[in-house]
Amino acid sequence: MITLNVNGRSHEIADEPNTPLLYVLRDTLELNGAKFGCGLGQCGSCTVVVDGKSVFSCLTPISILQGRKITTLEGLGSEDAPSPLQRAFIEEQAAQCGYCIPGMIMRAHALLTANRTPTDAQIREHMNPNLCRCGTHMRVLAAIKRAARGMQAADASAPRQEVRP
Amino acid sequence: MNAPLVTPSRRDFLAGALVVSFSLRSLSSFAAEEQQSPKPPLPGSLKNALMLDAWIRVDADGTVTVFTGKCEIGQGIRTALIQVAAEELEVEARAIHLVTADTVRTANEGFTSGSNSMKDSGAAIRNAAAQVREILIGIAAERIGVAADQLHAQSGAIVGPGNRRIGYGELVAGEVLHAAAQPASRLKTPEALRVIGQSMPRVDIPGKVTGGVSYVQDLRLPNMVHARIVRPPSYEARLQSLDPSAIEKLPGVLKIVRDGSFLGVIAEREFQAITAAHALAAAAKWDSATKLPDEKNIFGFIESLPGQDYIIADKHAPSGAAAQTLEAVYRRPYQLHGSIGPSCAVASFDGDALTVWSHAQGMFPLRKAIAEMLHFAEDKVRCIHMEGAGCYGHNGADDAGADAALLARALPGRPVRVQWTREQEHQWEPYGPAMLSRARASLDASGNIVDWQYDVRSNTHSTRPPGAGQLLAARHLEQPFKPDAPKPIPQPEGGGDRNSIPLYAVPNVRVVHHFVPDMPLRVSAHRSLGAYLNVFSIESFMDELATAANADPVEFRLRHMQESRARKVISTAAERFGWSSTPLPRGRGRGFAFAQYKNLGAYCAVAIEAEVEHESGRVRLGRAVAAVDSGQAVNPDGIANQIQGGVVQSASWTLYESVRFEPTRILSQDWSTYPILRFGNVPESVDVHVIDAPGQPFLGTGEAAQGPAAAAIANAVAHATGMRIRDLPLNAARVKAAIGV
Repeated sequence: MITLNVNGRSHEIADEPNTPLLYVLRDTLELNGAKFGCGLGQCGSCTVVVDGKSVFSCLTPISILQGRKITTLEGLGSEDAPSPLQRAFIEEQAAQCGYCIPGMIMRAHALLTANRTPTDAQIREHMNPNLCRCGTHMRVLAAIKRAARGMQAADASAPRQEVRP
Repeated sequence: MNAPLVTPSRRDFLAGALVVSFSLRSLSSFAAEEQQSPKPPLPGSLKNALMLDAWIRVDADGTVTVFTGKCEIGQGIRTALIQVAAEELEVEARAIHLVTADTVRTANEGFTSGSNSMKDSGAAIRNAAAQVREILIGIAAERIGVAADQLHAQSGAIVGPGNRRIGYGELVAGEVLHAAAQPASRLKTPEALRVIGQSMPRVDIPGKVTGGVSYVQDLRLPNMVHARIVRPPSYEARLQSLDPSAIEKLPGVLKIVRDGSFLGVIAEREFQAITAAHALAAAAKWDSATKLPDEKNIFGFIESLPGQDYIIADKHAPSGAAAQTLEAVYRRPYQLHGSIGPSCAVASFDGDALTVWSHAQGMFPLRKAIAEMLHFAEDKVRCIHMEGAGCYGHNGADDAGADAALLARALPGRPVRVQWTREQEHQWEPYGPAMLSRARASLDASGNIVDWQYDVRSNTHSTRPPGAGQLLAARHLEQPFKPDAPKPIPQPEGGGDRNSIPLYAVPNVRVVHHFVPDMPLRVSAHRSLGAYLNVFSIESFMDELATAANADPVEFRLRHMQESRARKVISTAAERFGWSSTPLPRGRGRGFAFAQYKNLGAYCAVAIEAEVEHESGRVRLGRAVAAVDSGQAVNPDGIANQIQGGVVQSASWTLYESVRFEPTRILSQDWSTYPILRFGNVPESVDVHVIDAPGQPFLGTGEAAQGPAAAAIANAVAHATGMRIRDLPLNAARVKAAIGV
């Protein structure tokens, strides 16, 4: 058994230790956010955040994830209570088919957690590992910028908090 | 899946009737059928399902369900159709439940393709909704005892004198909506519209960004098991030998399914299926590989293949004398759809009937193909559409449906989910065909085009079902099915010759489509079909002619364009872009292009800036501005999203993409061997101006930008470098070679 901490909850996982996290998330925990795109770490549809860093879940075996903090799309917010980043994607209508978008949101989440004020060039560079085929890139960039602005405003009006990288 | 079904008997009859009409209706009869009809035609797809309750049902509790035979393929059609229904029915959009393509529940609207969904289903639903509203008003008038013109529909109720309201649910007793649709409807006037024309947020996005069950990939049925397919190493390689005994003993393996060269494995859990499939692939021995042509000489090879010539335009009128004549040849390579999510399907067989959940574009044709492949009666197969990753034409979705069907039949009682690998999608999906065109035109002494000759050489652009032989798995069976003989798609829509007739006013025009039946690589419909190459060719050539005529490219286009909507789109894009002839710094250029998709759909013009890095030949895209007229705009932001996406996707095709192959196999197996656009290379901005055309028919938007974006980029590169590149893609190596670094 491997204990995985996913979205703040502990799960005892019986899958083989070499099973990539993606299949445990999708099949064992029945979470839809992380998507299968290539299984090769080339497209980013499966991106989740582990200890603050974006990770290709299709390539990461669960054996190395014991005790680490895994965040998926579902850990950010829900349809009724979307996170600021999810809300920004809705407000920008930043999806066509939407299949790559969960991975986009998770990679952007890692960026904005570490850096509230990324430049356009930093956003483009950070998002480079994730592919979109519908050509929604411009709206994805706009949504990330919108979320960053919202978070900056929230930071400014809230008491100062430690931001964990 | 939860909305009540209509009475099976009526639905069965309806479905049966539709199947007959569909099978009798060859592609070539589409236009003829409409012209020969003696009665005024029913709008859109109403002719595919004549009864209003095939489109709209109102339950006693007032619930409104709208049925479309089209599918959501990432284009936002779900939202636009709900808007259309809400508008004419006078109900809130959020109160409408929309059911998409399902062979048991919806009309047969063929394929969701060709940017036809608003024209077909949008028009059908809008008219059906208006007619349902009028029926409900009529019933209410009778019940209250006032004239119908004293009543109006509002928020799901009929409202009369003294603010008396009767909810729709109270008016629909019996079979009142089981009425034949009429050719004419009392549509709301353009001024009265309150939902159509609004950028209503897409209904599917909140679920998609928060982890809802949005795709067939997310479908989890009770007792569901997982499968993977093992494909041959090349198109025609056959399975010679396989010892599955060790693999059968692997953890979780339930069944290895082999039928001829079709090979798959089913396991309890997904990663067990993946592990077993790897072992199967290692154990399988295949015979000699397919012989593919030499990639370096692919266009010479295509030209050497026998063809059939179709003269699709041949007009002659008096004109000025030719002062100069230009000639050019343009080529596009094979290109991938490359959906980010590889194909997937779920199928369930109960020992008698089969249900398939698929992201293919046509549920009825898929049902027919699968039934034929399995030797089942068609009514023993049900196909239900669920979304997949973005669909840009005929990809592996139908084939995955067939895979799931074969596997589920082998394991009755357990729903089987089959997921293709990235490598399988790259190697096996039908590509957009390699094509070439030759253009020749003459200018008179004042720089006007007096003669235009254009030849395009292409394979077919549709190898879709309903023939079982169109399914990959069916070709690999012990008793294989043969693919249908390829056919050209006739004008006015066209396939390889789509958009090959210039919309410009030229006195002498001759256009020939050389249709090449032999397909060295598997090909089919790829977003915009032949329009991608034809618009790239025509609009590149227009720039070459403008240069020869010493004219500004935009002015030159307007000079040859008489159609007012086309002129407005061209002018708007140029204006919003700030088109000018001011010289740009070295290495930078601006490009412009225009087309009306299929010469009968949306009008789209694109202007773009490009910068060419002299040392590497790399192209960087700057500002892009597009203008589009899609007829009456139902959801302007949805249109803008499609055009933005089209510009960016076409930029990827145009700058980077080409399927690589060698004599024995396809080399483009993943995103490293078939690179596409990444964030580092997207344009600076893509602004879209939607030109509304109130009261005009819906024209469809999905494919309108592909050709114009390609040509605008090529024209910008030519402007930046002074060198004209006529071979796609305009990758760094090719640009570098052209500028002679």
